[in-house]
Amino acid sequence: MEDSLLEIRDLKTYFFTEAGVVKAVEDATVDVKSKETVGLVGESGSGKTVTALSALRIIPRPGRIVGGSIKFEGTDVLAMSDEEMRKLRGRKMAMVFQDPSSSLNPVYTVEKQLSDILMLHRNLTKKEASERAQYLLELVGIPEPHTRLKAYPHELSGGMKQRIAIARALSCEPTLLFADEPTTNLDVTVQAQVLELMKKLQRDLGMSMVMITHDMGIIADMTERVTIMYAGKVMEAADTKTIFHDPRHPYTEALLAAVPRVDQRKILEVIPGNIPNLIEPPSGCVFHPRCKYAKQICTDAVPSLEEAEKGRLVACVRWKELHLKGV
Amino acid sequence: MIMAEPLLEVRSLVKHFDVVQRGIVSRKKTGVVHAVDGVDFHINHGETLALVGESGCGKTTAAKVVLYLEDPTGGQVKFDGVDVFQTFKTGDTAARLKLRRSMQMVFQNPYGSLDPRMTIYDIISEAFLIHKHIPKDKWKDRVYEVLKMVNLEEYHAERYPHEFSGGQRQRISIARALAVEPSFIICDEPVSSLDVSIRAQILNLLADLQKEQGISYLYISHDLSSVRQISHRVAVMYLGEIVEHANTDDLFTKKLHPYTQALVAAVPIPDVDKKTMRIILPGEVPSPINPPGGCRFHPRCPYATELCKQKEPKLEEYLKGHFAACHYAAKFT
Repeated sequence: MEDSLLEIRDLKTYFFTEAGVVKAVEDATVDVKSKETVGLVGESGSGKTVTALSALRIIPRPGRIVGGSIKFEGTDVLAMSDEEMRKLRGRKMAMVFQDPSSSLNPVYTVEKQLSDILMLHRNLTKKEASERAQYLLELVGIPEPHTRLKAYPHELSGGMKQRIAIARALSCEPTLLFADEPTTNLDVTVQAQVLELMKKLQRDLGMSMVMITHDMGIIADMTERVTIMYAGKVMEAADTKTIFHDPRHPYTEALLAAVPRVDQRKILEVIPGNIPNLIEPPSGCVFHPRCKYAKQICTDAVPSLEEAEKGRLVACVRWKELHLKGV
Repeated sequence: MIMAEPLLEVRSLVKHFDVVQRGIVSRKKTGVVHAVDGVDFHINHGETLALVGESGCGKTTAAKVVLYLEDPTGGQVKFDGVDVFQTFKTGDTAARLKLRRSMQMVFQNPYGSLDPRMTIYDIISEAFLIHKHIPKDKWKDRVYEVLKMVNLEEYHAERYPHEFSGGQRQRISIARALAVEPSFIICDEPVSSLDVSIRAQILNLLADLQKEQGISYLYISHDLSSVRQISHRVAVMYLGEIVEHANTDDLFTKKLHPYTQALVAAVPIPDVDKKTMRIILPGEVPSPINPPGGCRFHPRCPYATELCKQKEPKLEEYLKGHFAACHYAAKFT
């Protein structure tokens, strides 16, 4: 793929805990092209966040990337020195986290948090940085940006804080933005504001975005392509329309059938069981204990991520024989 | 259809909290939080009423006052013909316990609502200790029975909460509520802290229990997709007041209040062929300490006029069984 901005291949990120090795990400493959929005879907423990943290090389201890490759604009991210990595982070790749209350520093004003980055990465003077910070607040739709610059995070509402986290991520005009459940903690009407804002900024600034979420509604609305993860593994990847209309992996089908929707009442199909423990994941396919199509082979063989069609990846040994239902 | 007496009837419920500034020796009242400001609703036997709204709209406070877990500032609640507040204030222990037994609650966070030092058996049977409604030699059978109702196994009774996943814990919370054979359960955001693949399990379980045992629910949520799925009727709250109230399908097909319109339009639909047409409301929910005058929604409403700033609209019936508190609701019928 020639115009790939981010290319993650067979990524393995493990956490070496006292209880054992947690295989948080196991052979993940994700591609992000220039100027597109890719969704990373998964439930808790699916590895979606750790995949993003791996690309930025900010995995918390005791986690470590133990295999695979990550290329950003053709350069091997894993081979970069810490110094080079620091230059990449913030400037080229940035991230917006789920909980704005804990991702902003409570003891600094908004102005300081924004201008520090600008002074570091862009070599702006304090005055220039402050002006730029004010412009950024305007960009993310904060009313009275001049007074808000002097505010501390606790003086702002959740929606406002998330806008500031977005402003901070955008401060150096990154080419790739990771948004990790940016609206999960927000009220619905504020979520609508923030999603609309992110869409507009992505378009205006021409950046690529990785939208990490468990909300299939946000995926349908915001993304062009989507990668579905479960228990650290990629189950399926394709363009968003195809995933919804014609899923090839039983987990995708089950997920679509299990989510309620606001525009109609439907029969919710339950996915039995629970999310597996990643220290001792199930043998064979990680989804087999909850899969209604599982056969003996699913317990025995680990499915590889196959290219079913161009731009379509599926990890299911039975995908060819199954006829799954989309929405 | 015969109009039977509703199971629960809430009239002009009010709950205000004082905002107190603490000095070294003195305490000064500096304001009042209008958490719930005159709310009316009823729930019929075997029915689910959803109370929806964003954080701070007063939905959880309303539920707590209904159960008398918070002192009411005003209003009346009748449950099965019994005056709830009167019973808790002046009634004898037997009458109070009887009410507690029939009204139960399932909380949002199954990690915080189960005592980590008690086994599941102890958690569920604690209610028997208080209500003494079954003899001790039958406790075990009853614990197993309620665990079975929520699709858990007998051996789970000997375990501790930390050994369970979020979905299983929420089942245990439901089992605990069921243990005393209630006719009414308040479910406060029961699925919002659960993973998507687990939510359907709990929603279906609640619906099945209702079918089998005729339990009524007050389902409190901000997640409109699950509300559409589980409730018979919906009441939408904004800043301590009900702004719209109707049968679920009526409410979702014909939204009479601009706030409901925006709220529903804000929910992304998991369908690539349906474009989400958001109505972006400016600003955020104002503080309930000084709610805006006139219609409380007017500063964010796309249709607000001078009238809305001056006069507070009343909750009126515009279509059969469909109430809204908006001066211009007729425009949307």
